[in-house]
Amino acid sequence: MGRYVARRLLQMIPVFIGTTLLIFLMVNALPGDPVKALWGDKPPDPAQVAQIKHDRGLDLPLWEQYLHYMKGLVQGDFGKTIAGNRPILDEITQAFPVSMRLAAMAWTFELVVGITLGVIAGVRRGRIIDTTVTFFTLLVISVPIFVFGLGFQLIFGNELGWVKPTVQDSEDFQQLMLPALVLGLVGLAYVARLTRTSIKENRTADYMRTAVAKGLPRQRIVTRHLLRNSLIPVVTYLGTDIGALMGGAVITEGIFNVTGVGNLLFQGIARREGAIIVGVVTVLVIVYLLASLLVDLLYAVLDPRIRYA
Amino acid sequence: MPDVTKTTPAEAAAETPVVTMKPADGREAGGARSLWSDAWRDLRRRPLFVISALLILLVLLVSAFPGLFTSTDPGSGDLQKHFLGSPNLGHFFQEDWFGYDRQGRSIYARVVYGARNSVMVGVGVTLLVTFFGGLVGMLAGYFGGFWDSLLSRITDVFFGIPFLLGAMVVLNAFTDRNVWVITGALAFLGWTQIARVMRGAVITTKHADYVMAAKALGAGTKRILFRHVLPNAVAPVIVVATIALGTYIVAESTLSYLGLGFGSDAVSWGADISDATQDIRNNPHTLIFPAGMLSITVLAFIMLGDAVREALDPKLR
Repeated sequence: MGRYVARRLLQMIPVFIGTTLLIFLMVNALPGDPVKALWGDKPPDPAQVAQIKHDRGLDLPLWEQYLHYMKGLVQGDFGKTIAGNRPILDEITQAFPVSMRLAAMAWTFELVVGITLGVIAGVRRGRIIDTTVTFFTLLVISVPIFVFGLGFQLIFGNELGWVKPTVQDSEDFQQLMLPALVLGLVGLAYVARLTRTSIKENRTADYMRTAVAKGLPRQRIVTRHLLRNSLIPVVTYLGTDIGALMGGAVITEGIFNVTGVGNLLFQGIARREGAIIVGVVTVLVIVYLLASLLVDLLYAVLDPRIRYA
Repeated sequence: MPDVTKTTPAEAAAETPVVTMKPADGREAGGARSLWSDAWRDLRRRPLFVISALLILLVLLVSAFPGLFTSTDPGSGDLQKHFLGSPNLGHFFQEDWFGYDRQGRSIYARVVYGARNSVMVGVGVTLLVTFFGGLVGMLAGYFGGFWDSLLSRITDVFFGIPFLLGAMVVLNAFTDRNVWVITGALAFLGWTQIARVMRGAVITTKHADYVMAAKALGAGTKRILFRHVLPNAVAPVIVVATIALGTYIVAESTLSYLGLGFGSDAVSWGADISDATQDIRNNPHTLIFPAGMLSITVLAFIMLGDAVREALDPKLR
């Protein structure tokens, strides 16, 4: 077990370097000059542009810039923004707690409601409730998320007045409810579909017949035998979704005015502040890699046949 | 993992669809039916499959020949018809069927002409990712060892970058965003899913007896890969690709909403939906029709993929 974790952690290093390099190249190889953008519509002063670029090391070859960046990164230095000269680490530490709260709420929502709906639909295969759940999940996947976001905002925020249409205080869980619901909606649909398919496949397995023959109560059969054996694909999805929920909240955060990671990323892309994008993606990749390791370790808990030597 | 509901030996031995499939050559042999012809017989009787297939054919027809469905120019606006009234739902296929948008353009004509761009992005990205992702997954799965480690790590690297975020970064660099640019940007980050599915399917398939037999008979690597492994490993890839096609169409509309999709002069569902979000409160019909058409199309592809999956998987029959 310990050796397995150590090996996995070592394997993460090339993936981590590769991903940061890829996003670094994507951001820097593309046209657009953030330094010149400081002047807005006015013609920039070439001498000043050259000076700023020299101070920031932006005139060095790309590979040297990457090495510099990585050297700073391992020491916890994410660089500074070009406009405003603020440390990027500060911006990230400001934005991440907000997104983490939002993502945690959305994730809990996915987990609880998604698995419940999936189990109900899978056990009552072919009944009305199964058809309803299936149709609902398909609908959620096929409608663009911003349509749901704006629609819910209009209905629950403006017309019915149940919640505030936009988030004014990102520490208030009540205000984060609606954005979290919108953010978790697609994931919920996928979780419900995966659970349902998995349950359908397993409900005719031998151990199920044995459990029924032993005369176990129905609830115990479903939760301890059927669900536990059906959870592996669901856990895989939920694990990789943590990172996606934090980074993929650009739309939701924009609609509900949440100043989290998605907002920071959108600003970074619009202003071509490469260092912000690379910094945020770096943190997201670490979250993603650790989550997928955790998922693999959870497999062994769910299915004792899986062992890590 | 034998299945209690079935007793036929062929099916009881079946563990996954890829294992039960006979090579393509055996398809016409009398009596023994291949997995595909079995699935086809099953599919024809499923209403969901028939409905979604017909819907997809209709959407493809509309995107290929939009002129057949309306004679109105989607770009010509008459400001006197600015948001004119609610849609005249009785006027089938007429200019004012779905009403008019802010600039007095016929929403029906725009929905018809917008199909092409959205469908082209969906189909284009799917073809690209199926080809490249399939190739990477097949090579990694079949050769294993060093090649598997290398290709899998490369896949992991691309998988680590959030899909929408990466597409935003790429598209932000282009001022002229046409179909090819958007397709390329989505495919650049989207191929990892197919690669993973293909790798898994090939690993399951390559230990099958018929692959061993082909090897023992002295078949070359190329022949084994394309005649024996690929036809038997392709089923899950097709299912995943069909469902993914719908999600690419949704991704295009989301990018349009962020201002990173098609330019304002192009007619596309995504651009029209994001345009309509400003008027959602007072003129919801500008949003409902393009969004509805997009959702129906996406729904059709997902339902088709689902139906094919259920038909191919003996455990679900």
